[in-house]
Amino acid sequence: MKYAFSFLAVIALVLIAWLGSQIPGMQYLFGVAIPYLAIMIFLGGFVYRVVQWAKSPVPFSIPTTCGQGKSLDFIKQDKLDCPTKTSEVVARMFLEIFAFRSLFRNTKSELHEGPKITYESSRWLWMAALLFHYSFLVIVIRHMRLFLNPVPHWLQFLDFLDAGAMLQVGAPLFYATDAAILLGLLFLFGRRLVNRNVRYISLMNDYFPLFLILGIVTTGILMRYFIRTDIDIVNIKELLVGLVTLSPVIHGDIGSIFFIHVFLVSTLLVYFPFSKLMHMGGVFMSPTRNMANDSRAKRHINPWNDPTIKPHSYAGYEDEFREFMVDAGIPVEKELPPKKDEE
Amino acid sequence: MYNKGTIIPGLILFVLFVTFPIWANGLMTAGDLPKPELPPGGEKQCVMPAEYMRANHMQLLNEWRDNVLRDGNREILEIGGKKYPKGLQMACLQCHSEKEKFCDSCHTYAAVEPYCWDCHLTPKEAGSKEAIH
Repeated sequence: MKYAFSFLAVIALVLIAWLGSQIPGMQYLFGVAIPYLAIMIFLGGFVYRVVQWAKSPVPFSIPTTCGQGKSLDFIKQDKLDCPTKTSEVVARMFLEIFAFRSLFRNTKSELHEGPKITYESSRWLWMAALLFHYSFLVIVIRHMRLFLNPVPHWLQFLDFLDAGAMLQVGAPLFYATDAAILLGLLFLFGRRLVNRNVRYISLMNDYFPLFLILGIVTTGILMRYFIRTDIDIVNIKELLVGLVTLSPVIHGDIGSIFFIHVFLVSTLLVYFPFSKLMHMGGVFMSPTRNMANDSRAKRHINPWNDPTIKPHSYAGYEDEFREFMVDAGIPVEKELPPKKDEE
Repeated sequence: MYNKGTIIPGLILFVLFVTFPIWANGLMTAGDLPKPELPPGGEKQCVMPAEYMRANHMQLLNEWRDNVLRDGNREILEIGGKKYPKGLQMACLQCHSEKEKFCDSCHTYAAVEPYCWDCHLTPKEAGSKEAIH
């Protein structure tokens, strides 16, 4: 029922924007005030979360090592999976961020008769994640054509490639990324329903962003191809360019579907910094990925150590407690000095 | 705060990336709005009301294209006593005779490049072609 509740929450948001934007004058609330508030909460919240993370000390050197560490000369080091230098860490992070390398290693465990457990690699998650994230990125960049006047050529070229990849279907042209993001989202959602291990650990805050983004994609596609009443791109672009030049105006009627779309995007922006979606910033901050495995070469100092507490070596420890250790019959490395006044 | 040297530049980059449209617009100039020029002949009536045409003309044209080229349906529409053969050059461009001042003004603004002109000629081009032959 966790997914039903998330679904209803998104439906409620749609209804709020749909009914609200029909009240005269409320277009400015949904088209101007809420988007401004949302982008400020997004930026402020994002910076706040990253700064909070940056304030937390990393007490131990904890990189995840997934390959042969640096050892003797004739043993080949796995430089990407067990980096020891900053350059190797940067290469590892780059592939993690741009190719989701750790998802590529995803395995599926199955229990067979016996009982016997098997593990096999399962790359569907990796594929759907790539499809989803890259489509989302291209869609966000593509939307810049509605915010920029004049539109730069590279943006038009991106648009051309995206529509061209679908061989000029429909009018307006259908985008390849629209299809790809839907496929990706439906897989990511289906996985949480079908795979019972994942369904067991899925929470409200896993389903909600999926439905929210699905809502954004659906309203976007509907607005572009199907519900075109009062979707006059010139009016819409005038409002959006007005938003980024800090002088927003709404001319003429703009269809409700536009306000629903914008309201859902605003919700996503507000929700973003306080949710799991912060993995966007978190992937850079993860000590298990961004540290070099060089704890043998360089001492990692825990930043919260009390400087007044000095290191205590074993020799010093024995010096302090030698008498008691000998008394208790514990072997010591250095015997007690012979007593002088023993006769 | 630890690792200031990388985290602060990272955050600055992020904020610049998110606010990209604000500073990319040359800071606070909204640019000009498109002003499509009405038919020079003074025509007031179109196949559909202006509101509809503004939002849906591309879908109407696509439908006409499919009707004529794929289904061979060249039925001539009669709207308000005027006859319109289905076609960009035969109907639309009869009144909106200057593509550069009508179609292009909004299409450039919205960065839309319709592929009509892969096959069709604008009246201007058509004129110059006839002059050559």
